[in-house]
Amino acid sequence: MSATATAPPPAPSPPSAPPPGARPAPPRPPAGGRLRRLLGSSLVQAFLAVVGLVWITPVAGLLLSSLRSAHDNAASGWWTALTSPAQLSFDNYTSLLGNAGITRAFWNTVLISVPTTVLVVVLAALAGYAFAWLEFPGRDWIFLLVVALLVVPVQVGLLPVAKLFGQLGLFGTIPGVVLFHVAYGLPFAVFLLRNYFADIPREMLEAARMDGGGEWMIFTRLVLPVGRPAIASLAIFQFLWVWNDMLVALLFADGSSQPLTVELQSQVRQFGSNIDVLAPGAFLSLIVPVVVFFAFQRHFVQGVMAGSVK
Amino acid sequence: MTTTLTAGAAGPRRRARRRRRTTAVAFVLPALLLLGALVVYPVLFSVGRSFFDAAGTAFVGGDNYAEMFRDPATLTALRNSAIWVVVAPTLLTGLGLILAVLVEKVRWATAFKLLLFMPMAVSFLAAGIIFRLAYEEDPDKGVLNAAVVGVHDAFAGTSSYPTARPREDQGVTEARDGSYGTAEAVAPGSTVNLGLVGVAPKEMPAEARPAPAAAKAGAGELRGAVYLDFTPGGGGRPGVVDPAERGLPGLTVEAVRDGGASAATTTTAPDGSYRFEGLADGSYTVRLPAANFAPPFEGVSWLGPALVTPAIIGAYLWIWTGFAMVLIGAGLSSLPRDALEAARMDGANEWQVFRRITVPLLAPVLTVVFVTLVINVMKVFDLIYIIAPGPVQEDATVLATRMWLVSFGGGNDQGLGSALGVLLLLLVIPAMVFNVRRFRRSQS
Repeated sequence: MSATATAPPPAPSPPSAPPPGARPAPPRPPAGGRLRRLLGSSLVQAFLAVVGLVWITPVAGLLLSSLRSAHDNAASGWWTALTSPAQLSFDNYTSLLGNAGITRAFWNTVLISVPTTVLVVVLAALAGYAFAWLEFPGRDWIFLLVVALLVVPVQVGLLPVAKLFGQLGLFGTIPGVVLFHVAYGLPFAVFLLRNYFADIPREMLEAARMDGGGEWMIFTRLVLPVGRPAIASLAIFQFLWVWNDMLVALLFADGSSQPLTVELQSQVRQFGSNIDVLAPGAFLSLIVPVVVFFAFQRHFVQGVMAGSVK
Repeated sequence: MTTTLTAGAAGPRRRARRRRRTTAVAFVLPALLLLGALVVYPVLFSVGRSFFDAAGTAFVGGDNYAEMFRDPATLTALRNSAIWVVVAPTLLTGLGLILAVLVEKVRWATAFKLLLFMPMAVSFLAAGIIFRLAYEEDPDKGVLNAAVVGVHDAFAGTSSYPTARPREDQGVTEARDGSYGTAEAVAPGSTVNLGLVGVAPKEMPAEARPAPAAAKAGAGELRGAVYLDFTPGGGGRPGVVDPAERGLPGLTVEAVRDGGASAATTTTAPDGSYRFEGLADGSYTVRLPAANFAPPFEGVSWLGPALVTPAIIGAYLWIWTGFAMVLIGAGLSSLPRDALEAARMDGANEWQVFRRITVPLLAPVLTVVFVTLVINVMKVFDLIYIIAPGPVQEDATVLATRMWLVSFGGGNDQGLGSALGVLLLLLVIPAMVFNVRRFRRSQS
């Protein structure tokens, strides 16, 4: 947040031509008002800087704690590392990568979230296209039912699906966790994509059909490319949702298939004695979504905004 | 759709349509099968299951639903859920509104928004660990308590020697109020040394100097030293200022008149010496007030039973404020500028513009944010599961965690668990209907 330090004072703008569409500048306020406004603006800056500091401190605490030895963490607060940086080292991360439980959990997280994201996007795109542009009996009613399923909280499904998976031999396996996530991701995904696809101009589709394109070709060559923004937002939202999930995996995954969140959760019970594992583990688990966030800001924000109806 | 009547010409077209219908079914079927098996069926099953007992063998009607309002732990969960649903969305909407309005006034708005939105990418588990660290009770480890203690001590001051106590049987005794004083009264002109023990070497202030062995007191004067009556390495004599023994600087010392009234107050020097001058005749005792030895302020027990729910709501605010701010900010930027500017031209100040124009115009957006947050708050689980330490889980529990505990976490009452799940579903439905309606409207 270097921007907080030196925000340039609002310089008087040169008397250049206003950009098109700009309103004529309001009359210059009297000097007292200007002073008050300047004071107000620096108050606002200071306030927001404090808020920003409050927001970044907890993460900084996690990061610095993850770089300090267990001994240092037990003896003093992470902020002492700011004045004696000699405390910092990557030892915790090295030993974390040598921890078989953690590395397996990390790969499990990947093996759960990537297939789930792909499956949700593919199945929802197919269904979304059918709901938007193909005709079949009961289409609109069925779509309404799918939308209604948006309301079902994950919690309601836990118990019955656990029984079902137990009979099918899926309980405690990665495919089981994936299937559950896909099913509970679908209502929103279908809802989002059907609405997006429905906005494709009819003429475009008619033209493609006239050219003799089959539905599959129209779907892959026309609908998917046109729907890319919505699909990207959906994929990011879904990936994030599953990567960060703990509740579903807590029930459906066993020791060999559990993701990072569950693995770390099992260690929270002894919080305090194992910060040297928990802090770097938590940082490992959050760095992937945060990188995705900064890499795809726009799609990310759109995906989260749209997904918040869930 | 009358083409079917002209069978001959329509044959191929009908076939094409049938083919398209087959394609359509093939397109939707995978999704519908999964939804049917893993979402629709479980809802029906849960509703049915909620009318059976724990073992699932006996039909008990509405007993499980009645039990929810009898079982104290479930009642706590209901109460906490109510607190969450009222407090968290209200605070978030308010905070989001304030920040959205203010951030428009600075040049680094984008950076600020990114920073505040970033926690949305972080899992509840990671956020939980982050805040377990921040809420750590020991002010030497938890940043929040470090700040609280820092502020407290800046205003209330710290006691210098919380562990010090008088050397036994050497003329200094502890009074009932926790102060230490000489047992015998003396007249001005005397020298009184007070020996204390119980201060660890590393707790000694750096400026402490060896205590002066003997100082002659003048007329009307009372002087002496407060010292640590302990020679490192041994060899010291109790009650006597030995050469290696250091004074205790910074202590408040009072000369107390016979009647109990304080006649003079001073503070010890680096060598522990003190001196009262110009005392009237009479007999005095020397007293070290209790404030010198008060136990240090230890901060707030954030994750204790009383504060655990507000503390977890605080962590939740950290995660969701950026969301509220960005959504409200989007609404803000679509407000008609003319209305705002017209009001400013009419001489309205910023507060009036905010209160009379911005907020009313934003009301629909604020409602959407609020409702969305209600839905999400209702389902909060991970954060409580992670942040609340084992012994206070019961105090922090909400519907979702209670449901988990009852069904899987040892309770093993799947009848009651199903009933809680159905209650959760029923509570979410109205908010969800509102949201879906709005979404459809925005799409059309």
